[in-house]
Amino acid sequence: MTLLPAPGAASGEPGTESAPPRVELRGVSKRFGPTAALSDVSMDLRAGEIHALVGENGAGKSTLVKILAGVHVPDAGTILLDGTPTQITDPMSARAHRVAVVHQEPRLFPDLSVAENVFLASPPRGRLGAISWREMRRAAAALFAQLDVRLDVSAPVRGLSMADQQLIEIAKALSMDARVLILDEPTASLSAHEVERLFTIVRRTRDSGVAILFVSHRLDEVFALSDRATVFRDGRHVITAVTRDLTPSDLIRHMVGRAVTLFPKGQAAIGDVLLEVRGLTRAGEFRDVSFTVRAGEILGLSGLVGAGRTEIARVLFGIAQPTAGEICLDGRPVHFATPSTALGAGIAYVPEDRHQDGLIMDFSIADNVTLPILPRLFPRLFVRRSTERTLARSYTDQLRVRTTGVDQLVQALSGGNQQKVVIAKWLATRPRVLILDEPTRGVDIGAKVEVHRIMSDLAASGLGIILISSELPEILAMSDRILVLHEGRVTAEIARGDATEERIMFAATGQVEPPDAPLPTGLAFAQIASPPASSEASDVR
Amino acid sequence: MTGLPGFATDSGATDPGATPGGGAQPVGERRSALQRIPALLRWESLLLLILALLVVEGARLSKFFLTGSNFSNLVSAEMEVAIVALPMTLIIITGEIDLSVESMIGLSGAILGWLWSVGIPLQVGIPVVLVVGALGGLLNGLLVARVGVPSLVVTLGTLALFRGLANVVLGPNAISDFPPGFTAFGFDNIPGTPVPWTLIVFAVLGVVFWLVAHGTWIGRQVFAVGKNKDAARYAGIRVGRLKTALFLVSGLIAAFAGVILTARFSSARSDNGTGLTLVVVTIVLLGGVDINGGKGTIPGVIIAVFTLSVLQSSLRLAGVSSEYQAVAVGLLLIGSVTAPYLARQTRLLADRARRGRPPPAGSIAPGEVVG
Amino acid sequence: MSAELVARPAGRGVAARAASAVGRSRELTLSGVMVLLCLVVAFQAPHFMSLSNMSQVTTLAAIIAIAAVGEAMVIITKNVDLSVESTIGLVAFVVADVLRQKALPIPAAWLVGVGLGLALGMANGLIITLLRVPSLVATLGTLSIFRGLDFFVAGGHEVNLADLPAGYSNAASQAFFGVPLFVILAVVVVVVVALILRLTPFGRQLYAVGSNAEAATIIGIRSRLVIFGAFAGAGLLAGVAGVLWGIEFGTIYATSASGVALQIIAAVVVGGVTIAGGSGTVVGAALGALFLGLINNALLLLQMPQELLQVIYGAVILVAVSADAIIARRERRVAAERALR
Repeated sequence: MTLLPAPGAASGEPGTESAPPRVELRGVSKRFGPTAALSDVSMDLRAGEIHALVGENGAGKSTLVKILAGVHVPDAGTILLDGTPTQITDPMSARAHRVAVVHQEPRLFPDLSVAENVFLASPPRGRLGAISWREMRRAAAALFAQLDVRLDVSAPVRGLSMADQQLIEIAKALSMDARVLILDEPTASLSAHEVERLFTIVRRTRDSGVAILFVSHRLDEVFALSDRATVFRDGRHVITAVTRDLTPSDLIRHMVGRAVTLFPKGQAAIGDVLLEVRGLTRAGEFRDVSFTVRAGEILGLSGLVGAGRTEIARVLFGIAQPTAGEICLDGRPVHFATPSTALGAGIAYVPEDRHQDGLIMDFSIADNVTLPILPRLFPRLFVRRSTERTLARSYTDQLRVRTTGVDQLVQALSGGNQQKVVIAKWLATRPRVLILDEPTRGVDIGAKVEVHRIMSDLAASGLGIILISSELPEILAMSDRILVLHEGRVTAEIARGDATEERIMFAATGQVEPPDAPLPTGLAFAQIASPPASSEASDVR
Repeated sequence: MTGLPGFATDSGATDPGATPGGGAQPVGERRSALQRIPALLRWESLLLLILALLVVEGARLSKFFLTGSNFSNLVSAEMEVAIVALPMTLIIITGEIDLSVESMIGLSGAILGWLWSVGIPLQVGIPVVLVVGALGGLLNGLLVARVGVPSLVVTLGTLALFRGLANVVLGPNAISDFPPGFTAFGFDNIPGTPVPWTLIVFAVLGVVFWLVAHGTWIGRQVFAVGKNKDAARYAGIRVGRLKTALFLVSGLIAAFAGVILTARFSSARSDNGTGLTLVVVTIVLLGGVDINGGKGTIPGVIIAVFTLSVLQSSLRLAGVSSEYQAVAVGLLLIGSVTAPYLARQTRLLADRARRGRPPPAGSIAPGEVVG
Repeated sequence: MSAELVARPAGRGVAARAASAVGRSRELTLSGVMVLLCLVVAFQAPHFMSLSNMSQVTTLAAIIAIAAVGEAMVIITKNVDLSVESTIGLVAFVVADVLRQKALPIPAAWLVGVGLGLALGMANGLIITLLRVPSLVATLGTLSIFRGLDFFVAGGHEVNLADLPAGYSNAASQAFFGVPLFVILAVVVVVVVALILRLTPFGRQLYAVGSNAEAATIIGIRSRLVIFGAFAGAGLLAGVAGVLWGIEFGTIYATSASGVALQIIAAVVVGGVTIAGGSGTVVGAALGALFLGLINNALLLLQMPQELLQVIYGAVILVAVSADAIIARRERRVAAERALR
């Protein structure tokens, strides 16, 4: 893993000075209905560089990726590949132009072998044009050897970890001899050392002359990996600069375009123990987890993605069953075979994926809010819509959901308001313990602050809250106590006053001693709370 | 297959009429009532229109068509599939299917006939076959919900299994010496009216299913499961239990339909009901239920029952044999799935052609949709 | 940490190999069960293993196997074809009718039959891919539509063996070195289709579409075309099965082959082709057909009621798919437990 001396813009690639960039976008625009996803975007991507693309959710990063991948066709503007105007009309033509995309979620064939997943699009042929399996296995093995990855190429993909699947995606891209490699938030589900392995491979790929676009919202990764960085905001190009000329606060300021403060938790009287967990274990996910949650308290669950945080929440909510250990509510042991028993006992869970698990998108707000409590609300089976509306309205008012009325379908709401409806839905169950799993992921910053305010108010009203978050500033600002997990085990329990990002990261990466090298943390170390007052530090195009 | 009532949905917003309760809750906020009514009317009113046209055409074809006896004939011929279509509607809305109903109809009749032939009175026999139906449905439900086998294969398996058991019970025999009081229930009318007794059965069950589907939270849960199974589970809905219950009810009602069919034919044979699953599924899809789950209404299905029975009756009057009627049903099945799709495609093309001017800006928050 | 890094993929490889061996073993398991079944039945009814009985069993099974190979192609793409029995029936009748009227020489009539099967399969494919009707609904519809065409062609009549050219059904009893002609044909079909599925891009695309349709689209596989191809292939093979059906039975009614779809789908499912798509082999499907044929014959020879047959088909489907589901769930759990340690 040797870093070549600053490749990027001034790399030793032949002809970088005179040759046109590998990819150049000129005035690219794309609308979806009334929404301008990209407006007049111009940028370039050079051979042998890793170019980071950052921006908030909805800034237009995904749209750009999809345009280069041939999923969307731009409404206006030109794309030049090596100086030649090119139409990328569909995924096939992207392939034909040797543009490879590694999506956030690997899109593989679980039933087929690793080797076949790599070569399915253009399998090696033997005699009579038949697919040569031996050659396919050999080539796949060679490819993974080149990536320094050990994988059984004959094994089916089903059952492989997310990280291995991601590596197969990269092998796929290399197998087609890509000129342009686009990595769309590839680290979202990887653990720390998996990220490091990925970075090594990405650097090696860059050094072979491939132009790499690295889309990420993790600033530390942007600084660890990229040669240049581009910021998008609201579908517009804001800045492109050499990464080492930038600071994290520069990037953040360009991304958000305004100073932002988190909403720290207010003082609340901490009451009795509501929930106590002793030695909770679920084989393969987490083991020997013990903690308590008191009334009025926010317990932060921190750790890298995959450390077992969501898995603990799923067991507490009755979605999965523990293999050992005890859960006590008000001192009495309880067992939740299904979410409905957990709900009945006063536990509510705001799931991580609100589209998949949290909401029914073409139900109205009222229908969503009352869904968990229908049997309780209407013991005589028949639903009264006026009751539902009144109830839903009381919660949407309280949470300040911006809507035309509780009969509006939730799919018409913005992400932040959808998240508030999810919270409203669980508050309507009158829980005593509320588990929030990444409650502010994918919501805009205004809504984020509001969600924090709501959490604070709820704690003050005597709820016990478990907050799962990958954002350290959020955990630090909101939690009374922080429980840190590493690979399924509790590695630290830190009181609010003692908590620092460093302490949490140490525990989250399972380090006993200070590490030799800077950790690839996979977390956004955003100095959001105090943006620097400095003005434009870099060259705006 | 989103937005089944694919005719003239404006501006691409998802059709609010699909919300459960759309049919049964007349009182509501002004805005939502306005949103609901046209959505409800779209598919169902089209069906009613077709029904009316068929009646007019039938009356033109034959003077006999509009008589009371023809009415009772055409209705009573359809009542077994009609009552089975009610639970099938809920099963399809949850995203599952029950192909085994026709075999359960046969099995229930076969067991009833066999019990009668060995001297067990109908007062005992009928409850017994209803229990058998419920157990058969329970088997389907447990294999789907507990073991996790797709309902398509489970019910394909029980389609064979139940029919096989019917063959084992009755062999090639036909039992036809049922008491007249029983068989009269199958085809007689309420005295003095052209209304067959079985229509009353359907009416009662229809109202019950209507209320359950659109007025109670059980119905709401059925729609929730069909639209998003995971979110339903996270909301504390016992998805497995709900599906198991629906399959159980489906088996129970299929067994009851077997009793009615036996009475109407005055004969119990092991092959009774063969081919009826096609008709049941056709009625449900013709009634506007989305084969992919999550959308549909009981009123739509009830209209579809009458549309299909009038169609079949017209075909009979026109001298079309039962084999060709089955062809018509098959075409109708495919047509009722394609028509909304084609309509949507046409509308999409029309929209695209019309799009000279830019669409009005600003109704969706930037970025949230695009992500 | 790095030791763990190295160890994990290797450990996974072993487990994955074991898992895939379980998947492959369906063919082996089925073969083992069949040998056992043969031994037991042969002990009870010695005639079972006689050449003449075996010829009869395998000849019938060969017809089902050919149709099952086509059905397997469809199920691998995560679709289903319920109309296959109507295709077989219609093809058998049309071929017989053409021959009865002496409109065409025998080979030409056969060709017409196979072509008709292909056309019907393509019709299914068009309804499913062009009109976007889910295959279950589409083929439930064509199940009755094709049967209706059969009634139309038949016009209330049947074709008797006596109406056909002399010795027409003899082909069914021909054998080479003791192996019935139909069995040879079925083996050829199985081998050819197995090679297509294993060695051609189209074959692999069938699995890709069934395994993950979205991912298939991304790498430029035209899923609709592939699914259309699967239905066309299934129609073609159902056409072959229909021609053989006509030769085997001689006398053909408009209702011939009714209810056979269940037997064909049972064969496919028992043969290890999962209804969830993306996995299974046509060899398994053919073995499944042989297995069901043996059971059928065993019932006959052991003088058990023939009515049991359909019960057994149903039970066999349910047992096979339940076993699949339970094994898959266990594999998922094992994979999840492996993922962390």
